[in-house]
Amino acid sequence: MKYVDEFRARDLAEKLARQIAHEARPDQDYHFMEFCGGHTHAIFRYGVQDLMPDNVEFVHGPGCPVCVLPVRRLDDAVELAEKFGVILCTYGDMMRVPGTKQRSLIRAKADGADVRMIYSTQDALKIARENPDREVVFFAIGFETTTPPTAVAILQAEAEGLKNFSVFCNHVLTPAAIAHLLDSDDFAPDGPARIDGFLGPSHVSTVIGSKPYEGAAEKYDKPVVIAGFEPLDVMQSVLMLIRQVNEGRHEVENEYTRVVTREGNKKAQALVDKVLEVRDDFEWRGLGTVAFSALKIRDAYAFFDAEKRFDVSEKRSRETKSCECPAILRGVKKPTECKLFGTVCTPDNPMGSCMVSSEGACAAYWTYGRFRDGNKTGAKRPEAAE
Amino acid sequence: MCLAIPAKVTALEAGDMAVVAFEGVKKRISVALVDDIDVGDYVLVHVGYALHRVSEEDAMRTLALMGEAGILTEELQEMKEGAA
Amino acid sequence: MNALERPARLTGSVDMTHGGGGRAMADLIRDLFQRHLSNAFLDQGNDAALLPAETGRLVVSTDGHVISPLFFPGGDIGSLSVHGTLNDVAMAGAKPLYLTAGFILEEGFPLADLERIVISMATAAREAGVPIVTGDTKVVEKGKGDGVFITTTGVGTVPDGVEISAKRVKPGQAVLISGSIGDHGVAILSKRENLEFETEIRSDSAALHTLVAAMVEAVPGIAMLRDPTRGGLSATLNEIAHAAQIGMKLDEAAIPLKPDVHAACELLGLDPLNVANEGKLICICEAGDAEKLLAVMRAHPKGADAAIIGHVVEDDACLIQMETGFGGARVVDWLAGEQLPRIC
Repeated sequence: MKYVDEFRARDLAEKLARQIAHEARPDQDYHFMEFCGGHTHAIFRYGVQDLMPDNVEFVHGPGCPVCVLPVRRLDDAVELAEKFGVILCTYGDMMRVPGTKQRSLIRAKADGADVRMIYSTQDALKIARENPDREVVFFAIGFETTTPPTAVAILQAEAEGLKNFSVFCNHVLTPAAIAHLLDSDDFAPDGPARIDGFLGPSHVSTVIGSKPYEGAAEKYDKPVVIAGFEPLDVMQSVLMLIRQVNEGRHEVENEYTRVVTREGNKKAQALVDKVLEVRDDFEWRGLGTVAFSALKIRDAYAFFDAEKRFDVSEKRSRETKSCECPAILRGVKKPTECKLFGTVCTPDNPMGSCMVSSEGACAAYWTYGRFRDGNKTGAKRPEAAE
Repeated sequence: MCLAIPAKVTALEAGDMAVVAFEGVKKRISVALVDDIDVGDYVLVHVGYALHRVSEEDAMRTLALMGEAGILTEELQEMKEGAA
Repeated sequence: MNALERPARLTGSVDMTHGGGGRAMADLIRDLFQRHLSNAFLDQGNDAALLPAETGRLVVSTDGHVISPLFFPGGDIGSLSVHGTLNDVAMAGAKPLYLTAGFILEEGFPLADLERIVISMATAAREAGVPIVTGDTKVVEKGKGDGVFITTTGVGTVPDGVEISAKRVKPGQAVLISGSIGDHGVAILSKRENLEFETEIRSDSAALHTLVAAMVEAVPGIAMLRDPTRGGLSATLNEIAHAAQIGMKLDEAAIPLKPDVHAACELLGLDPLNVANEGKLICICEAGDAEKLLAVMRAHPKGADAAIIGHVVEDDACLIQMETGFGGARVVDWLAGEQLPRIC
């Protein structure tokens, strides 16, 4: 596949691996957070860490929209499907995520709720057109990448006069989360975790551009390299980060120039801005309440807002006890440091969201990296090395 | 992340829709988010929407950069060996 | 006689009388099942088929077939129900001899569709040279079935000296596959509601018993055969690893994958290793026999793209590890349930 296979080429990987080993200073450790689950997935799926020197470590970030969605919002979606009898349209990713008492959309579906897996918001509109007598709710999740298609669907529903379509909006914002992480005690100079630089979001940046990270790079003295999701992109970006660290720079650089510009996709930004506005705050699993970190539907489009159309109940949602998803999402703990990992919690029987999404750190460790137990990149480090 | 892959536009349709090809796999997507799409362009597709045009020139430049990495190492090696 | 010479001619739809044991049922059996599936054993017309006794070891396998959509690129539930069971019998190293078929029909199911399915079964059975010797039909009320479910049972004999078993899988042995992976699953997904995409990829649904016959003749000592159906290659290899208490090392670059299957999997966020096949087999044999077996497989039309994809290793954790095409390493895990398309 053009623009895919070239960026998975083994010969270039070997060259880049040699170069990284050459430039990484032996007397220094490099801790780079890959913000996005897409990077986490690529690193494990292709075994990128095998091509890294021992002193380059990946810290997995919270950039998995499935993982950061708080249980309460998922419980709300289940309630919409069960209590209000709507056709709930969802991306496949959310189907198996466990809510309170392990209740997931796939369980609700088995018990008779009308939950439909879709690939695109266009499919949700089609379902709404075909079922004029039913309420159709689109369960919108995702970062800035996934947001414009939601905005387009709302505008299209308005233009078509689709009265039975609404959106349960859970879109979240990346730069706010990065700033929140860097402000936290975890990453304070004497905190438990350390980041020397960021592999910046790929596809989020196609929409918002590389500019929004410039403030954070400056304020927190952290280099950011916008990195594509293919494994060679990850390696090239690591090399660029190592160079910045070695040279004491902390700039926003762009490795993914083939689809990311400084300004991003202005048309998409304008459409989002027309329909959605920033919430004062939003709860993130793992990060807690983060100010100005999510989007809601503007009053002008309130008709399409499922939160206003349906009176979902206040509920006491509960995370699974002992689930370390929150700490893992902050990059403070590794999946193998969770008591549930691999014992009670496996992809067959996920206790937390990080084990469900294929880009969740726990699922990536379990599915692809289990044999690494005990080495630098897998899991828990040997006690002696601590 | 956001799963998105490049595809080639093979036909434009009414209502901001287009048919794109991933190898031999064809899918109808929306091009409402990107202006001035032409048949033959490559676009990055996410959840059935084109998000951005793919720049051939930049893709080539990135690959060239990656390719240079190893050469540099080898050259350095040769230089060292030359010095020794 | 092929399917084209006997076009579907029934009209109307299945109703409760078709399963009621009366004349409507007798008519359906005569006009549909006997007409298309006719052979000496079925035509005995008894509830049980009288078959000649066989010498040696018998194998029996049964498989229920439910699939949506019923008709898909490269096949339908009829051909699939024949191929699936023939392959299960063949994976014991056996020569399949007879098939039986049980139908659960949903009230309201179009008889023309049913006839297409039965013609497809007849064609598949005839091409395989294995007759359907007895059958059964039941009708359930509308809403209690998904059109049609078919359960087939196959009987076969295993040649002397052939002993296919996970117990014989040992470290050092080679792992082979008969062709490209994921074709069936991608063909099915391309027709799934709200996911539709266009592709030339067709299901690989096929009977593999003649391929198996050629393989066991060349190398009677084959340790293990299995068809990687639901759950794909990863599920099958993990099952074998756990049964044999061994691990495996695979080479991703050696695993045959069609460009369109690769593309469809990228589009939907699926791993082709987890995608279903219906006309492929995994074979594990002594390393010294691998090249010979590979040549035999490649000489057969159902094994033209066969490849050696890895080898068996000692591993108490029974992990399937793979060197990625990129040069790293990863585990190949099996999935809990169906692999769902994803957007992130």
